Parts: sequence; C-alpha cells; structure tokens
Amino acid sequence: MDLLFKIFIDPFLQMGAMPDLLVQTLWEGLVSGVLYALIALGFVLIFKASGVFNFAQGIMVVFAGLTLVGLHEKGVPAWLAVLLTLGVMLALAVAVERVVLRPLVNQPDIILFMATFGLTYVLIGIGEFIFGGEPKQMITEELGLPRGAIDVAMLGGRVTFQKIDIAAAVIASIMIAALAVFFQYTRIGRALRAVADSHKAALSVGISLNQIWAIVWFAAGIVALITGIMWGARSDVSFALQTIALKALPVLILGGFTSIPGAIVGGLIIGIGEKLAEFYWGPLVGGGIENWIAYVIALGFLMVRPQGLFGDKIIERI
Amino acid sequence: MFYREAGQYKKTYSADMAVFPILQDRIGIGLILATAAIIIPIFGSNFFISTVMIPFLVFSLAAMGLNIVTGYTGLISLGTGAFMGVGAFACYKLTTYFPDVNIIIWILVSGVFSAAIGALFGLPSLRIKGFYLAVATLAAQFFLEWCFVRVPWLFNYNASGAIEVPQRTLFGVAITGANATPTTRYLVLLGIVVLMTWVASNILHGRIGRTFMAVRDMDIAAELMGIRLLPAKLTAFAMSSFYCGVAGACMMFLWYGGGEASDAFNINQSFNILFMVIIGGLGSLIGCFFGAALLNIVPIILKFGLPAIGLPLAGATAEHINHLFVGSLIIFFLIVEPHGLARLWQITKQKLRTWPFPY
Amino acid sequence: MNAMNHSEFRQDIAPGDTLLAVDNVTLRFGGVKAITDVSFDIRKGEVRAIIGPNGAGKTSMLNVINGFYHPQEGRITYRGQTRSKMRPHVAASQGIARTFQNVALFKGMTTLDNIMVGRTLKMRTPFFWHLFRHGPAMREEIEHRKFVEEIIDFLEIEHIRKVPVGKLPYGLQKRVELGRALAMQPELLLLDEPMAGMNLEEKEDMCRFILDTKEQYGTTIALIEHDMGVVMDLSDRVVVLEYGQKIADGTPDEVKKNQKVIDAYLGVAH
Repeated sequence: MDLLFKIFIDPFLQMGAMPDLLVQTLWEGLVSGVLYALIALGFVLIFKASGVFNFAQGIMVVFAGLTLVGLHEKGVPAWLAVLLTLGVMLALAVAVERVVLRPLVNQPDIILFMATFGLTYVLIGIGEFIFGGEPKQMITEELGLPRGAIDVAMLGGRVTFQKIDIAAAVIASIMIAALAVFFQYTRIGRALRAVADSHKAALSVGISLNQIWAIVWFAAGIVALITGIMWGARSDVSFALQTIALKALPVLILGGFTSIPGAIVGGLIIGIGEKLAEFYWGPLVGGGIENWIAYVIALGFLMVRPQGLFGDKIIERI
Repeated sequence: MFYREAGQYKKTYSADMAVFPILQDRIGIGLILATAAIIIPIFGSNFFISTVMIPFLVFSLAAMGLNIVTGYTGLISLGTGAFMGVGAFACYKLTTYFPDVNIIIWILVSGVFSAAIGALFGLPSLRIKGFYLAVATLAAQFFLEWCFVRVPWLFNYNASGAIEVPQRTLFGVAITGANATPTTRYLVLLGIVVLMTWVASNILHGRIGRTFMAVRDMDIAAELMGIRLLPAKLTAFAMSSFYCGVAGACMMFLWYGGGEASDAFNINQSFNILFMVIIGGLGSLIGCFFGAALLNIVPIILKFGLPAIGLPLAGATAEHINHLFVGSLIIFFLIVEPHGLARLWQITKQKLRTWPFPY
Repeated sequence: MNAMNHSEFRQDIAPGDTLLAVDNVTLRFGGVKAITDVSFDIRKGEVRAIIGPNGAGKTSMLNVINGFYHPQEGRITYRGQTRSKMRPHVAASQGIARTFQNVALFKGMTTLDNIMVGRTLKMRTPFFWHLFRHGPAMREEIEHRKFVEEIIDFLEIEHIRKVPVGKLPYGLQKRVELGRALAMQPELLLLDEPMAGMNLEEKEDMCRFILDTKEQYGTTIALIEHDMGVVMDLSDRVVVLEYGQKIADGTPDEVKKNQKVIDAYLGVAH
C-alpha cells in the first residue's frame, strides 16, 4: 500500500507542493528533448532520402563538435574552424556516399544498418586518433553564444534558465523552419521528397540518387554540427556522449522514422518524460533510471503502435 | 588434389546428412581438436594461453550465441553484453549459495537464467522487426546494466561493486580463483566450448535450425507453412541468451577472475560481439570462431606485437587504431563479402576440391 | 508415394462435396474495398480457378482463405467448420498450403532444406533429442528426408537438391515452391499465378505437375492464373472477379460465353 502510494500519488503531491521545481524539471527535460530531437532530425533526413537507418548520426554529432574544438585548439580562429568543420562534414558526406552507400545499393536494409555501425567505429577511431580521446571544452564564447543564466521568480520560487539552453531552443526552431522551407520550396527539396517516395521513380525522371544522397548526408552533417555545438556547450565534448546520443533511437521509434514533426514531438516527450521520471520516481529505486527509461517508454509505445506516432500504418503484403 | 569427395559414396541418408560429410573435413576437425587439447596446453606459454586462447574461446561462445539470434533467425540484438552479464551474475549467486556443487555445473546452469531473461526481452519481437527490434534490445542492455550496478544483492554487497570470484576445485585442482593456472582454466573452457558447439551444430542442422532460418528468410511464408512465429523467435532468443550467459559466466570465472560488470558487460561489448559475428559470417557456426579470432588478435597485435618489432604505440592510440580498423573491416566485409570469413573459407574449400584441374 | 499416411485430414469429405465455402466475404483496407460480398465454393478434388483483371482482389481472396487477412464481413467454412478469424499457422495445420505470386522461398537455404521446412508441422520430436541429433530426432529426420526425396523426384529437381534457392532461375524457384507446398501434404493447395513469367516449355511442365498432383494425391487445388489457355485446360470450374466483386462462376465453357466476362477482359464500348 505504501509502495503504491509512493509510485502513484506521492510524486504528484510533490509536483503540486513545489510547482517551481516542476517547472525547472520540465524546462530541463524540454532542452534535452530539443537536443534529442535534433539528432533524430538528422537521422530522419537520411532515412527519408536513402532508406538508411543511420546509427552513426549520434557519433556524427560528437565528431562534428570534436572537429570544431580540435581545430580551434590547434590555433584556427573560431569562424574559420566552423567553415573548415563544414568542409569536413561535406567531405564525410561525399565519402560515405562513395565508399559505403554506392557499393551497397540494393542490399537489404539491415546490411546498410550494420554498415553504419562500422561507420560509427571509423568516426570514433578517426576522431580520437586526430584529436585525442580526452574530453574537451566547447568554444562557447568564441562562437558568440551567450553564457550565464537568468533567474526568474515564479510560483513562489525561483526557476533558472541557462542562456545557452534558450539559445539552443531558438536555434533549433530556426533550423527546423529552415529545413521545412528548404524541403517545400526548393528544387533540391522537391527532388529529395521525390526520392523519399520512390527511388526508382525518382531515378526514371532523371534525379541523380548519388547526388541526392551526398546532399542529405551533408545536410545531416550540418544538423550534427549545430547539435554538437549546443550539446558541447552544456557538457564536455567527448565520445562518452555516444551513449546519450543513442537516445535519439527511442525518439525515432516514438515519432516514426520518416516524420520530421514526429522527431520533434518524440524528442520532447522522451526528454521531458525521462527528466520527470528521474526526478520524481528515480529516488524510489536508487536513481540512475534516466539511462534506460527512454527505451522502456519507446518499447511500451512500440507494443501499442508499431508504426510510431506519425508513421504510416504498416499493411503487410505478400 | 587431396581434398575432394570423389569416391566417397553415401549410401544412407544419415551419412548424407552428417555435419561433415567429407572424410578430409573429419580428419581436419580431429587435428584441430588434438592441437587445442594437447599441443597448446603442453607447449603454449601462460601468456599465450591467457591472452590469446582464453579470450578467443569466450568470444567464440558469445559470438555463437549472438549468431543464433542474428545470423540464423535474422533478429538483430544489441543486448549481448547484458545477457552475458546475467550469466555471470547468475553463476556468482549460485556458487555463493551452493558452494559445494561443482562450478562447471553452475557455469552451464547460469545459461538457463539468461535464457529466461533473453526470452523475456525477446517478447517484443512478435510485433516489431528490424531496426525497431534493435532498439528494443538496447532497452534490455541499458536496463540490465543499470541493475548490475544498482542491485547490490547481485554482487553480494561487496564494497567494490565487483564480482569476486571464489576458488572452486574439480578433483582437488583449482579451476577458478587466484590459484587456478591458465592451463587448467583453458582446458575447462575448451571442454565447455567444444560441448556447446557440438550441441549448437546439432540443433541448427535439424528441424529447429530450419525453423530459425525460415523465419529469417521470409517470416510471412514461414507462418503460412505452419511455423508459429512467437515460439520460434522466443526459442531463438532463449537459446542465444543461453550461450551468451554461459560465455559471460566463463568470462568472469575462467578469464577475468572477477571484475566490474560495467566494464565487462557494457554496450561496447555488445557491439564487439556483433562485429565478430558480422566479420566471421552471419549464419555460420565456424564463422563465429573466425570472427572471434580476428577481432581478438588485432588489439593484441597492436598492443604487444608492434612494440615487439620496434614500433611502440601508446595504449590509447592502439585502441583508437583498433576502432578505426574494426569499423573499416565491417564496412569492407559488408561490401565485399556479406557472408564474412566463413564464405571465404567455403570458397577456398570449393577451389581446393577442384584443384589443380578446375575444368 | 503414399509411404506415409497421406490423408490425415481427408477422411470425412467425399470427392465432389464442398470442401471450402466462402460466404459474402468483404475485405477493406481503410476506405478501400478489396473484396465486396463475394461467395463461392471449392469442391473436394477439383481444380478451381480464380481469374480476373489485375487488382480484382484475387490474391486478397487467397490471403483471406489462409488466414493472412481477416475479412470484416462474411464467413468461411472449411471442412464443415465455420470460422471468423484464424491465424495462418492454424490454417496450415488444417491442411491449407499455398504458393506465392512473387516467389516467397527461403532464399538462404538449399532446395532440400526449403522442402524440409514444409514437413515442420509433421515433426514432433521433443527439443531434448535435438540436442544430440541422435535417436528419435535423427530417425524422424531420415523418415521425412525420404518423403522429401520423393517430392524432389516427382518434380524432377534432383540436380539442384543442395543449391541455395536464391541462386536458381525463376522457373525452378517456382517448382521448388510447389514442392515446399506439397511437402505439407495439403488437403487444399492454393496456387497464386504458378505460371507467371514462365516460357511455354516451363508452363507445360508446371501444368503437368499440377495435374499429376491432383491425380496422385487427390489434392484439391485453387489457382489464380492469367494465361487463359492454361485456365481453360486445367480447371474444372472458374470464378471470375472484377473490382473485388464476383461477376461469373461456372465451368470454363460457361464462363467463356458470359457477356460480363467478355466485357471485363475486352472492355466495353461506351
């Protein structure tokens, strides 16, 4: 009885008793949700256009961040480092298309999926080999990102908003809007949507698949760089982030693999859900449930709605 | 010239259905077993046995487990590390409560526990496939990893949070714990691996193996042939986790001699084993050994081999190069030979069969 | 060929009686009606053809019969048992086997193993014996291997016994698929375009196998086929679907003369 009380009633009493803490938790969850959504976004871009379940997207985020910081450490000015990193991401996109995607075209999805495991390890290897394995500080100031925090008095307490978090949320929204415009109104965007619908049909009207794939991987690379900067500013930049980056996967399951709104909503649900769970229910079992609760939420979801929140219903044909 | 089946007529179905229908293959297996059981223990140095052979056998066993579910049944699992951990902890608890029962029995029985846990986490496989299932198995990985650290009962409330392997004996000879020699541990491990490989081969060559492969190749058709998907998939998960669990118990008791779960059974271990399976060959038992051998030997060469020939390499750098190498190898194999080293081996055998007159 | 008990399911229904009856079946996917209010029956021992233009709902009909799709309305009576919902493996265990429009073989397995999978339902040895692959497990394996060899013999595919089916040409794949279905010793065999994409010679072979199957095993056959020559030669009765509705039902000759059928195939002048 006591246990049931602790699980089902007590957390909500706590929420009601200290609404400022609840707002703080929600905000924390919202921000990490935005970052999950950003990783998931890069992932959805690639999945839509090439049908590849890119396991390496999370690592691309770390890799981009690490390249940026690493270049700056070697004395490159911040603005040039950003440009150079973009160049690296472009080179990566072209290389992936040439070396991995092109030879594997028409292979089963699962083979391509496993190839991205390989890519993950290659990126970790290269990144660590060139820039070393130690955690690094993100060059927040040099990039002109705000620091410090705003304290707001509300609901009988104080809620702290990190300026960098606000910036992250704003930049993420801008980027999502920009992507939407790009997809909807440009020639390349139209080609991308065509490829997403049907590879063969797109090929037959003269769209170059190879080019499109390189473009989406580059787009995903840009998203990765921005995510990397935001994320790096909140913690260190190192490949230890990869396990956190994996949380983009439950986000995708929740949102559906092909839906950009799905990625965003899924990211927010997972981000907020796990922060609430950790803060209010975590103490019951000794904490640390943040590491797996996202997967359990996603798993529960899968059982009910295998196609995700925004995915199309799967009709099996034979 | 010497490796061919000409003249070896099979007069019964059972002869045709043998695992090694060709005489030369049977001789080869005999030689390998003799080398492993007699020559290596006598002539191998302690360093060789404990750094090369023991890890190789443990990884082979784990790869075999993963291959059953991923290679044969077509369900990707990223929870191998955790299922190995379940085996290790089950064995630890069992030998703590019943110290008088022989540890080898507990190592084998611990597989039953991880089989149960594996089947439990395999339940979603009825409704979800492919990538989705991979993510679902990540839930198992992270949840179990968390349990290993947060449930002190599992590691007997040791202050270190680690498994402390007690000394256990067989006929008065120490086989686990600090006093067990590498050779003893190696021989015990070899016995377990040989036994379990034989059993796996038996199962996979019969009705159950065919059911797995049917589910892998075309699950809808399999269902319309009367195969019930959920029991088939759960059997695969359970059997796979059984092997992984035994591998995990072997890892802790016969190789590490104790240690922290978060080091041995984390997500990287899951990937490591998966890579062995991919490189060795999905859906091939012999491939498990190839993959385990290759991925086990590379870091050893980078760590010990290069300094020996005058190319010193910092430990961290060696690890980075290893990452790079393994990643490239995966991509290379998926592109060039998706069936891995096992297929290369088959092709070689085929060439040998017709050599020197291929036409 | 009847070395093993070949007629587990067939004691009670005499040739010519109704084996399977489809009553007023309607199947929808969301708003799309794939099948609308279709009724027909299949009699024991006959070859029943289902024909119609592309998209008429023929394959959906087969999917309904073997439990892969569940119709929203209507009933299916098989061997006197009326059923509303059924899982495919239950249909299989009651003696309904099928082949597929796009060959659905187990591509990584050999011809032999593919056909052996068809025997799965008849294999009962407990798991324990499979650990050793000796004793009952091995005896059972050999017994079924004999049966499978008879099918291989019947279909004249001895030479590809140990070839992975993914490497076989299309015509042979279709033949292996038929073999896999026959291995189930079905009471009712559903063939979805068994001759699609074949050349004349392969078609003749396949016709021969279908007729032989009927003769030797007394299997009831329902088949979908586009080649009218084949349909008219092989089948005892034909049902014609168009846009998910039944437009004709009868012997090949009756159907040939039916005005609706002629319109459906040749088009109507408007």
